[in-house]
Amino acid sequence: MTSSTNALDRTNYLNATKGFMSWFWTIDHKRLGLMYLWSVVGCFILGGMFAMKIRLTLSGDVDFASQTAEQMNAYNNAFTVHGAVMIFLVIIPSIPAALGNFVVPMMLGTKDVAFPKLNRFSYHLWLIGAILFVTTLFVGNLDTGWTFYPPYSTGYTDVSVITAVLGAFILGFSSIFTGLNFIVTIHKMRPPQMTWFKMPLFLWAIYATAVIQILATPVIGISLLLILVEKTMQIGIFTPELGGDPVFFQHLFWFYSHPAVYIMILPGMGVMSELFATFSRKPIFGYKSIALSSIAIAIFSFIVWGHHMFVSGQSELMSIIFSALTFSVAVPSAIKVFNWIATMYKGSIAFTTPMLYGLSIIWLFGIGGLTGLFLATLGTDVHFHDTYFVVAHFHYVMVGSALFGFLGGIFYWWPKMYGRMVDNKWSKIACIMSFVGFNMTFMPQFIGGAHGMPRRYAAYGPSAGFDGYNEASTLGAMVLMTGLFLALGTLLWSLKKGKKAPANPWGGVTLEWQTPSPPPEHNFEIDPPVVGDPYDMSLFEWKGEEEGFLPVNPRPDDPCVANVQPS
Amino acid sequence: MSTTTTVAHEGGHGHSHDHPKHLAHHFETLDQQFDAGKLGIWTFLLTEVLFFSALFVAYTVYRSNYPEVWQFASQYLNTQLGATNTLVLLLSSFTFAWGVRNAMLGQIGLLKMNLAITLLCAGGFMGIKYMEYSHKFHEGTLWSGNEDTIFRLHAEDVPEHIKEHSHAWDNRDGEFSAAVRDLDPEFRQKLGIFFGVYFCLTGLHGIHVLIGMLLLLWLLLRSMRGDFGPDNFNAIDFGALYWHLVDLIWIFLFPLLYLIS
Repeated sequence: MTSSTNALDRTNYLNATKGFMSWFWTIDHKRLGLMYLWSVVGCFILGGMFAMKIRLTLSGDVDFASQTAEQMNAYNNAFTVHGAVMIFLVIIPSIPAALGNFVVPMMLGTKDVAFPKLNRFSYHLWLIGAILFVTTLFVGNLDTGWTFYPPYSTGYTDVSVITAVLGAFILGFSSIFTGLNFIVTIHKMRPPQMTWFKMPLFLWAIYATAVIQILATPVIGISLLLILVEKTMQIGIFTPELGGDPVFFQHLFWFYSHPAVYIMILPGMGVMSELFATFSRKPIFGYKSIALSSIAIAIFSFIVWGHHMFVSGQSELMSIIFSALTFSVAVPSAIKVFNWIATMYKGSIAFTTPMLYGLSIIWLFGIGGLTGLFLATLGTDVHFHDTYFVVAHFHYVMVGSALFGFLGGIFYWWPKMYGRMVDNKWSKIACIMSFVGFNMTFMPQFIGGAHGMPRRYAAYGPSAGFDGYNEASTLGAMVLMTGLFLALGTLLWSLKKGKKAPANPWGGVTLEWQTPSPPPEHNFEIDPPVVGDPYDMSLFEWKGEEEGFLPVNPRPDDPCVANVQPS
Repeated sequence: MSTTTTVAHEGGHGHSHDHPKHLAHHFETLDQQFDAGKLGIWTFLLTEVLFFSALFVAYTVYRSNYPEVWQFASQYLNTQLGATNTLVLLLSSFTFAWGVRNAMLGQIGLLKMNLAITLLCAGGFMGIKYMEYSHKFHEGTLWSGNEDTIFRLHAEDVPEHIKEHSHAWDNRDGEFSAAVRDLDPEFRQKLGIFFGVYFCLTGLHGIHVLIGMLLLLWLLLRSMRGDFGPDNFNAIDFGALYWHLVDLIWIFLFPLLYLIS
C-alpha cells in the first residue's frame, strides 16, 4: 500500500485546475509563490549573464589604453543592470514573495493570506516592473550604477534611466503590498492557540521584513519618482546647476536602501532558524532572542543609512554618530549566529542539502558580517570606500547569506511544493560547488580591495597589479555558475524523476509539514492541528523513507496517518 | 456574526449555505474580515504618509537652508484660493464620514447623496487647483528647469511671452519688477526650488485626489446598485479613511506653502 502522505495522485493545488489563466489569474498563495519563484529564477539567470560579462571583461590581458569608449560604456551598463536586476528583481522578492507566499499561510494553518487579490496584484505589478527592466536593456545604455545617483541619472545618462526608474518604482509597490499582506495575515489570521511567542521563527523574520518593507519602500518610491520628474522636467530638487542638492538624494536613497539590505537578509535568517532546528532534531536555542533580534535588526536598520555617505560630504559629527550606530547592528546579528550554533551543539545533525546551505551561510555570513565592521569604522572606511573590499563584503552578505538562504529554503520546501524529493547526492555536490566557487570569486576581491583596487573600472592595466585577483575571481565565478546550474538541474530533474515525497520528509514541526505534499487547494484537508511548541521535535518520529516523519500521537482523523494503515 | 464559525473549516471544499454572503472564503468570521481590512487600510495609509515624507523633508531642508527664499516665494501663491480649497476638502471629509454612518444605518438614499457631494467637492478642488496652476504657468512662476520660468539669473533670459503676462516683470522698464529686481540673482534662481517643491507636493496630492475621485465614483455606482448596508460597509469605511488622509495632507500643505510670513 502506497503512502497517502503524498498527494500527487490525488487532487492537489497543482492539478486542481488547468490552463494558463488558472495560474496567471490565480489568487492561491501557493501558485503565486511558485510563479514568483520561477520568475525570480529567470531574472537571476538574466542578472547572472551580466555578472559573467563583468567577469569576462575584467579577466585576460585587457589594457586600459586599448579599451574603446563603447566597450567601457557596455561595461558600465553591465554592472548597472547586474546590480539593479539582482537587487530589485531577484533578492528582494526572493524569500518574502516566493517562499513567504508559499509557506506563511500554511505555517499559520490558514487557507490564504489576508488579501488574496492584493497578492495577485502584487505579482502582476512585479511582472510589469520586470518588463520595464527588460525594456531598459533595449532602449539605451543604463550606466548610472544601481543607485541612480544624480546628477548621473538626471543629467548625463540617456533615456533608459526612465524605464529603469519607473520599473523600480513599480517593483517597490509590489514589495509594499506583499509586506502589507503579511503584516495583516500574521496579526489577524494566527490560529487562536498560536501566540506571538509560539510562532515559527520564519514568521518572525517575515514579519520584521514586512515592517521594513512598508516603512522604507515608500521613501524609495517617492525618491525614484523625483528622479523621474527631475530627468524629464528638470524640477531642480537634486540638480546642482539648478540650485538642488544631489547629496539630499543620497540620504533619501539610503534611507530605503540600507533597510533594504535587511529586507534581503532577514528572511534568509528566518529560513536558517527553521533549518537548524529541524536538522539538528533539537528545539531551537534561544527562541525569544532570535525572534526579538529580528525586530531589533529591523529597528536598527533605519538609523544607520549615513554610513554609505562617509565620503559624500556629510558633516564629520554625523559620520561619527552613524559609524557608532552601525556597530550596534552587529549585536542582534551575532545573537542569531550564536543561537544557531548553540542549537546544533549536541544535536543529531542530518547533513541534508538544505542543511548544507545553512552551514555554508554560517561561514559566509560570518565573513560578510564581520567585514561589515571594517566598513562601519569611519577611519578604515575612508580607505576601503569604492574598492573591491566593499563589493566583496556586500556579495558575502547578499549572495552568500541571502541567496544561499533562498536556495536552502527552496531545497527545504521543494518536497512540499512539488511532492518530489531532490536527488541527494547531486544536490549536495551542487551546494558544495557553489560554496567553493563563491569563496573563490569573492575572497580575492577582499584582498584586492584592501590593496586599493577600485570598483567599477572597466580595465586596470598590468601595471596596477590587480590582474591576479581578477583572474582568480573569474575562475571562481565559473565554478559558482556551474554549481548554481547544477542545483537548478537537480530541481528540474526531481520534477519528473524524483521520489515521491512524504508529508514530512525532514521532521519539521511547523504546520506546513502536517498536510500532504503537495497540499490540497485550501492547504489542509482537515482542521489544522492544535498549535504547540513549533520546535518540539519529540512530536514526530521517523517511519522510513516512504512515510517520512509521522506524529507520535496521531489524531484519528489525520489524513497523513489514518490512510497508511492497511484497511 | 460569531454564529458563523462552524462553516470555516470543512476541508476547503466550497461554502455551505449558511456562509455569510460577504465573507471571503479564507476568513473565519465577518469580524476577522473587518479587522483584517481595517489593519490593512491603516497600514496602507502609513505607507502613504511615508510616500509623502520625502517631499516634506525636501521642504524642510530647503526652507531651513533658504528661509528668506521660502518667505519671498510664498507671496506668489493665492491664499484665498488655497483657503477655499481647504474648506472644500473639509466639507468633503465631513460628507464622506457621514456617508459611512449612513451605510452602517442602512440609509442608502443619504449615502448616495453624501457620496455625490463628496465627489463634487473633490471635482471642485481640482477645478480650483487647475486655476491656480494655469495662473502660474501664465506668470512664469515655475520650477528652475522649466523653459518658461521667470526666475532667471539674467533678465535677458526671460522668455518674451512670459514678460507680457507676469507681474514679476515690468514691461515699461523692460526689467524685472521692482521687488524682484532688487534680489540677488542667485536668490532669484533659488525661487525656482520653492516652486519645484510646490509643484511636486501639490501635484502628488492632486494625483491622490484624482485616485480618490475614481474611488468615490466606484463607491457611488456600487451604492446605487444596492451593495451596501449595515452588513456590508467595509469598502465605504476604508475609502473614507483614505479620503481623510488625502484631506489631512492638504491641511498640512496649505499653511506650509501658502501662509509663510
